[in-house]
Amino acid sequence: MTVFDVVVLVCAALLTVGATLAVIRAERGPSMLDRTIALDIVVTTVIAGVALYAAVFRRADVVPLLVVLSLVGFVGSVTVARFAAVEPEGEGRVRTREEVAAEEAEKRRLEQEELAERRARRRAALEAARDAVPAAATGPDRDASEPATEPVPESARDTVEDEPDPEHHGGPADEETR
Amino acid sequence: MTQDQWTTVADVVSAVCLLGGAFFALAAGVGALRFPDLLSRMHAATKPQVLGLVLVLVGLALRLREGGAVWALVLVAVFQMLTAPVAAHMVGRAGFRTGKVRQDLLVVDELSRDLAATRQTDEGGRPD
Repeated sequence: MTVFDVVVLVCAALLTVGATLAVIRAERGPSMLDRTIALDIVVTTVIAGVALYAAVFRRADVVPLLVVLSLVGFVGSVTVARFAAVEPEGEGRVRTREEVAAEEAEKRRLEQEELAERRARRRAALEAARDAVPAAATGPDRDASEPATEPVPESARDTVEDEPDPEHHGGPADEETR
Repeated sequence: MTQDQWTTVADVVSAVCLLGGAFFALAAGVGALRFPDLLSRMHAATKPQVLGLVLVLVGLALRLREGGAVWALVLVAVFQMLTAPVAAHMVGRAGFRTGKVRQDLLVVDELSRDLAATRQTDEGGRPD
């Protein structure tokens, strides 16, 4: 083993440790810009590693690879910086499996609650309508024959849908984002 | 000196440059991991990084000693020196505008002052 071999091994070890530290920062990095910077360091370390390889084996044919890598690293970090946005608190952290599961369960519970609430409201509205119809002195079989013309009680106004628009059968069109 | 001695000298200098470059790459990694906020990490990611890469490229050029390859290496070094400030500027600007800069670590903050002044004149100059 010559002196040059030892030098190359030491260089490879230094580059590996540097890249590993940068990857750790990319995993921890509280924001995506920290991650961009860390991955920039990784790319430059890879360039240095390829250059080291070329120096050891005296290979001039991998030099174009260095040019390409240096350009790609630049484009990556500039693109991410261009689209950087304000991130909510805690958004930039990689969550563990348990945290993701707890979040999903919480979301599902909220959905269930909302559904139950809506169902209860509709039932209450239906009962109010049933109470209101006999009070208006109409026969009990009228709401079975013509349910569309029965007056909507005040308490049930917000559950009644609008007349369907002939053009947009879905919800109101102006709330859609295009 | 004979040709043989010259190649030995070039190899030794190349080994020293490679070692220095690898050391600077390690320094960039340590800095990125240890520094407290975005701007100081950017400091680690731009300056030692580019210097280390240029040193590695010089080492490689001294080891290859061919015309065409050495010019391509010069091209890589020039690209790095041109693009690293641009990328750092974009990242720093985006970080400042999206609130990822720790105000308590700044020694001088001229951008906040200027932004506030601009906002004031904008609001004052509005017709209504």
